[in-house]
Amino acid sequence: MDKVQMARQFIEAIPHARDLGLQLIELENGVAVITMPYDKKLIGNPATGVVHGGAVSALMDTCSGAAVMSHPDAPGSTATIDLRIDYMRTATPGDTITATATCYHMTRSVAFVRVTATDNDTDNPVATATGTFTVERPR
Amino acid sequence: MTDAQPKSGGAAAIKRMSVTERHALHKRWDQSLNTLAINVPYISFLGIDFDRRGDELTAILPFQDKLIGNPFLPAIHGGVTAAFLEVTAVMTLSRQYLWEKLENGELDLDRLEKGEVPRLPKTIDFTVDFLRSGLPRDAYARARISRAGRRYASVHVEAWQDDHTRFFAQATGHFLMPQKRV
Repeated sequence: MDKVQMARQFIEAIPHARDLGLQLIELENGVAVITMPYDKKLIGNPATGVVHGGAVSALMDTCSGAAVMSHPDAPGSTATIDLRIDYMRTATPGDTITATATCYHMTRSVAFVRVTATDNDTDNPVATATGTFTVERPR
Repeated sequence: MTDAQPKSGGAAAIKRMSVTERHALHKRWDQSLNTLAINVPYISFLGIDFDRRGDELTAILPFQDKLIGNPFLPAIHGGVTAAFLEVTAVMTLSRQYLWEKLENGELDLDRLEKGEVPRLPKTIDFTVDFLRSGLPRDAYARARISRAGRRYASVHVEAWQDDHTRFFAQATGHFLMPQKRV
């Protein structure tokens, strides 16, 4: 089984990812695309129906981890060291949110990731984040 | 709701209250804020609960299987940890903000009690440090408002599990306070 397939299975085995309805769309060479369909249980503001920022964070964290796993110098496993999320605007209620993460650099022990989340208006990101991840080498 | 015309009373009225009246007000206050939190579907989805003791608010994240991010360890999902910290930060900040609105008469407790959602601080950015993996058990978090300005606020929040001195995650966030509509 190749690394990409392994990462896909890994993500689909995550209980919380399944609960959020996350779907892996693309996974190749350090780039991951994951979608999160709109769901009433993810609402953060009952008055407007806007999805909670925390759910967007969870999507971006998962997507970033997947990008690290799919990098050509792929680690055996990874964990988030730090993640900084910037919220640009609220997502449009009803829209699926798509996260695209790029693992743009990897050292022996640290992976660096940038990730963007958009709704149907793909020109105006809902949120962006940068993160660092551990690189666990298989022994 | 927070933009309503200032009513007479507010802080002065609260100061004039007897001990019993003030106790009753705090009870109503806690209940309406808990309702506010429960009415947020995502907070209920994660199962986050709040416990206020004096001026200190503790958020509780009871462990559930669906919160797992790494089934092999197992560990709580990093995204759940981030969301838990953010919810704690926003709730701590909102409580202080709304209490000030109540004191200056701009917030109507009756309407808050009926489940009306006031305008709340919005997250601008949030930076999470994952210090160790979240174990499959209950987690707790407390936030400290480092600065609460008219427009922006800075909040630091820490989360722990069994041992309060060993945080498994911490975060700092900046928030945009609701602005008076011109």
